[in-house]
Formats: sequence, C-alpha cells, structure tokens
Amino acid sequence: MSPSHGTSVRVLLLARYAELLGTEQLDITIPAGGTVADAVASVRALPGGHLLPPRLLIARNLVQAGLEDQVGPGDELAILPPMSGG
Amino acid sequence: MGFLTADRIDLPTLIAAVAAPERGGVVTFHGLVRNHHAGRPVLRLEYHAYAPMVEAECRRIVAEAETRWPCRVTLQHRTGVLAIEDTAVVIVAAAAHRDEAFDACRYVIEELKRRVPIWKREYYADGTEAWVDPTAPGGTVAAASR
Repeated sequence: MSPSHGTSVRVLLLARYAELLGTEQLDITIPAGGTVADAVASVRALPGGHLLPPRLLIARNLVQAGLEDQVGPGDELAILPPMSGG
Repeated sequence: MGFLTADRIDLPTLIAAVAAPERGGVVTFHGLVRNHHAGRPVLRLEYHAYAPMVEAECRRIVAEAETRWPCRVTLQHRTGVLAIEDTAVVIVAAAAHRDEAFDACRYVIEELKRRVPIWKREYYADGTEAWVDPTAPGGTVAAASR
C-alpha cells in the first residue's frame, strides 16, 4: 500500500502476549493520521488478538503512550503485559 | 554498562560507578529469586525484557532520582533463566548522607517494578509454568507450555 493510503507500523508483542498471538512482531498498516487505538484494533482483529485483555499498556518509540496518540510512519509500537520485573 | 545483563551482576562494579569521596552513604538493594510464589514452590524463573525500552526507562528513573535527591544511582537487572537465590536485580544509591541514599534506592526499585518492561515466567515443582502478573487474581497467568 502506498504511503498516501496508510501508515506502516511495526508492532512488537512482549512476553505473554507473544504467546497469545504466536508472534513477537507484526507489520501492520493503519489509516494515515491514525492513532495507537487504530493499531490496537488491527492487532485485536488478528488470530489470537481476541485473547488480549481489554486494557492494554502500549509503548510508542520506547515511551508509554495513550490510545489517542497519533502514530507516524516508522513508529514502533509495543504491547506490554503488566510488568513483573525486580 | 547496560542496565540489562545476561551475566552475573558484579556489585563492586556498580558501587564503583557511584561512589565518590563526598558520598559517605551507600545503600544497596538486592532482589533474589524466591523459591515460592503465592504458596507454590518455584524451581527457577526466566526473565523476559523489552531491552531497548528497559535501557530508556532505567535512564529516566535514574535521572529522576538524581534530580530529586543529591545522589548518584545505578542499577542492573538480569535477563534469561535464573536459579533460586540468584541475584535478579541490584540498585546502588550513593549520597553524602544515608537519608538521601535510602530514599533514592527505594524510589528506584519501586519505579522499576512499576515501569520497566521486564516479565517473570515461573517454573513450578509440579511441572507447570506461569507468567507473573501483579494485576491478575492469584498474581499469575498460566503460560503456554513449551
């Protein structure tokens, strides 16, 4: 799809979420000017995506992001399970 | 030195990174792998991390602590498979006096647990496995067996 039709976004799935969807990395296209919420909706529509919990923690370019945040070309999103380090 | 390491954490190296003649109080926190969780015997655990964000978030937390208290702080967290009693994380805070060092050390471990993208997968004595999830009932979510 040409850039005028959408924005290509890399989405990483971490830890348990990689198990739920059977992959650690997705390349998806969302509408130009789309948001984190649009990317999440695309992921939920994939096989296994319905297993993700209703509320998700998302990072955009290594910083926690809100669902309303806009996603630009080349951005990297990551869907993070509740942290359990330490 | 990265905040995330696959190797054993070397405490003297961390202390040397923040110690200085004017800092008379050094506080360290060590997190070790526990042999039980929610009443279940744990045999070992495996840390998974979103490595680039671990580095970025740890940098932010250290900067916050060093802004809030007159101190220097560093930390390291292990990744990969760890055995019971292995050191999983070490925080070192150095300040002129003990109050700031204790406060900064406490701040860093609490923020790490809340914000740094690292996950524990536990392996139990009964052969089952689970992801630790502080938001889940019972504190874990069953893992897909491998």
